[in-house]
Amino acid sequence: MKLDSKIPSGPLAEKWTNYKASQKLVNPANKRKLDIIVVGTGLAGASAAASLGAMGFNVDIFCIQDSPRRAHSIAAQGGINAAKNYQNDGDSVERLFRDTIKGGDYRAREANVYRLAEVSGAIIDQCVAQGVPFARDYGGLLDNRSFGGAQVSRTFYAKGQTGQQLLLGAYGALSREIARGTVKLHTRSEMMDLVVVDGRARGIIVRNLVTGDLERYAAHAVVIATGGYGNVYYLSTNAMNSNGSAAWVCHRKGAAFANPCYVQIHPTCIPVHGDYQSKLTLMSESLRNDGRIWVPKKKEDAEAIRAGKLKPNDIAEENRDYYLERRYPAFGNLVPRDVASRAAKERCDAGYGVGTGYAVYLDFADAIQRLGKDVVEQKYGNLFQMYQKITDENPYETPMMIYPAIHYTMGGLWVDYELQTTIPGLFAAGEANFSDHGANRLGASALMQGLADGYFVLPYTMQNYLADQIYVGKISADAPEFDEAEKAVRERLNRLLKIGQVETLRAASPHSVDDFHKRLGKIMWEYCGMARNTESLTKAKQLVTELEDEFWKNVFIPGTANEMNPELEKACRLEDYFELARLIIDDAMHREESCGGHFRTEHQTEDGETLRDDEHFMYVAAWEYHGHGQPETMEKEPLVYEHIQIAKRNYK
Amino acid sequence: MKFTLHIWRQENARAKGHFETYPIDGISPDCSFLEMLDILNEHLINDRIAHPVCFDNDCREGICGMCGLYINGRPHGNDDGITTCQLHMRKFRDGDEIWIEPWRAKPFPVIRDLIVDRSAFDKIIQAGGYISTTTGGVPDANMIPIPKHAADMAMDAASCIGCGACVAACKNASAMLFVGAKISHLALLPQGRVEAADRVRKMVCKMDELGFGNCTNTYACEAECPKLIKRQNISRLNRQWIGALFGRDRRE
Repeated sequence: MKLDSKIPSGPLAEKWTNYKASQKLVNPANKRKLDIIVVGTGLAGASAAASLGAMGFNVDIFCIQDSPRRAHSIAAQGGINAAKNYQNDGDSVERLFRDTIKGGDYRAREANVYRLAEVSGAIIDQCVAQGVPFARDYGGLLDNRSFGGAQVSRTFYAKGQTGQQLLLGAYGALSREIARGTVKLHTRSEMMDLVVVDGRARGIIVRNLVTGDLERYAAHAVVIATGGYGNVYYLSTNAMNSNGSAAWVCHRKGAAFANPCYVQIHPTCIPVHGDYQSKLTLMSESLRNDGRIWVPKKKEDAEAIRAGKLKPNDIAEENRDYYLERRYPAFGNLVPRDVASRAAKERCDAGYGVGTGYAVYLDFADAIQRLGKDVVEQKYGNLFQMYQKITDENPYETPMMIYPAIHYTMGGLWVDYELQTTIPGLFAAGEANFSDHGANRLGASALMQGLADGYFVLPYTMQNYLADQIYVGKISADAPEFDEAEKAVRERLNRLLKIGQVETLRAASPHSVDDFHKRLGKIMWEYCGMARNTESLTKAKQLVTELEDEFWKNVFIPGTANEMNPELEKACRLEDYFELARLIIDDAMHREESCGGHFRTEHQTEDGETLRDDEHFMYVAAWEYHGHGQPETMEKEPLVYEHIQIAKRNYK
Repeated sequence: MKFTLHIWRQENARAKGHFETYPIDGISPDCSFLEMLDILNEHLINDRIAHPVCFDNDCREGICGMCGLYINGRPHGNDDGITTCQLHMRKFRDGDEIWIEPWRAKPFPVIRDLIVDRSAFDKIIQAGGYISTTTGGVPDANMIPIPKHAADMAMDAASCIGCGACVAACKNASAMLFVGAKISHLALLPQGRVEAADRVRKMVCKMDELGFGNCTNTYACEAECPKLIKRQNISRLNRQWIGALFGRDRRE
């Protein structure tokens, strides 16, 4: 495997312009002859399919839900960044680029990040043209808010439902193309395998989730836009059906997987409350704009609160520890997510946690006093309502309780500057790729990246790839490679279903898929979560391997492969999570430094901040698959910073 | 807490459905409704009693619109302004009998158990529920000032999650609130006015063609909408429709 990042030459600010000026194009008559498969209908997938369809390509788009509008981009609350400088507060493309590189702890590729900042403004223009109802001020112009990791207000938002509105915009554009016949929509369809013919991605095998039938689709290029793999941890802010499997089957077929250990833990989620819990709910980071985070200063107060003897409002101002404001005076409650999460964990581990002991307060009393309840309600009303429905507590009267939770995965399929993976013809966009966020993503940047990839990057770079594909003609789904791939999927499903049959089951008490998934999640959270070290990672690896062995003996999947069978779907995804978990652990083990979301307790400064090792680890780790149970090998893509001055990340 | 669940079971679209009764015990009041069904399924699987109950769900935070159960005669259960995934067991009394059904409407055929096919909604949107833009070549975002109250009203209408509760609640299985919300969202914005007349004609025709009923002004849809979409959106839909039929077409 050879990694060629294909970064165009020339000064950073001119790379994308030069690329676009010299790339190959496909003429309109030929576009009709080229087929593209897009897997996933979130921001990246829907925007890519809509744009490619509008250009004239034949697009087939697939999602596992009943409608493209369900994709988990819809749940993003806070906003989308763009370097518009509408607030005249010193923002610029250069500033957004620097903030993103710094936020990612100097582990992202300069050229990609610069391009992201460069196209960010056009995204907002596009969305407004589609009718996305962004928040406006009384003059009718667009409003902005500030967000973690930045000192300017560059975040555009639509109440606390920005992801929903952006996705509905992209869904509208996609619907238009479906009506025009350039895009064909396949819902309740799960990609089970990638078909590679003569070294190029040429199609996919799909399971129809209603009938269980396996279907084949052939194309000249395939786009994976299926999001991240945060659900390895079971409890996360991801949707129940979000999964890493489409990306993972591509990895099995030869696509390199980069930086799997970079997992983002979001600081403001509703804390875990019971064993039956199925997911964690995020409270938008925008709440940190006005909310102040604290725990009691005295341990005995924290103990009394946990025992139910004291209420948060009983704690006098001077006995509260606003630990973020104390440790990071310059950024205060607006430090990046990884920093805020670790600080919460540090306080709770030290015995100052509230609630179950794993929670801190997010207090709006000051904001309500300063702005009035009405303003706070207008800004955050739906979030407060959501909190109240879940916890049965009124955040206008008592502080919210929050705790960090798995949220986003910066790692993903390795892609070059063109967003092409190591398999020619296979592209990855949005959270599914690794490219723009380094070791930590800034708030409101996921939506920006998803739409940048789909609207403004892939439509250019895919043409460059497809230009010479006009000579190969229609790709046939009858090729032997399709036969083989379909057969392998069928065998895989049968193998899983067989474990649960009475004659093969080796235990008296079988367990459901969820039961194994919960146990996997606990292992990963405990030993490969917010803080990691050699000892914990060794333990994690051993426990995951043991659990996987047990899975293959004792899991019980009812029903058959020829019907709607959610348990079988979950089992396939969990099978992939076991491999993925081991790779996360290996990657975390090999990266002997702390950076962004990856915190190795052996590598920290005296005051508990991350300690990078630029000399040895300033590279992207791209892993190659060699078969089930075989150790993966790693290639390094060195990160070269020509433009930016490398510095210690400092938010003090 | 302890409950008796009566759940609609139906193997596939062609099979005949029926209610099955399952007792369940030891449920925490802080448990969500869907987590309670997870616990039931866990029990059905581990004790090999039956195929687990199939129900649609995804984000479990009330925004994706995937979940939707008819609980004791109400879409999304006995609370206002929430989806099924946001319903908690503390809203029930210990010992309650709970009847759980799929959405019942001709344009939403049952796929399995509590899962229905809502692709009719996608088809209505495809008929014209968007502003025709191609990527790139659009004006700067601040070129089009929009009065705050119009933007806010558009946002309220746009917060529809497409769950189908309005259709399930309506005795006529009318989709007027769903269609009205999209029509309003786009008609309230200057960008959307260009195609407004065409849009309302196409969406209403598609809605009728797919077998959704008409509105007889009972407003059950508004009462059950998890996103509190207002019935004024239906009035706006009617005004737009009449305007499109009898008014001057903007293209002329």
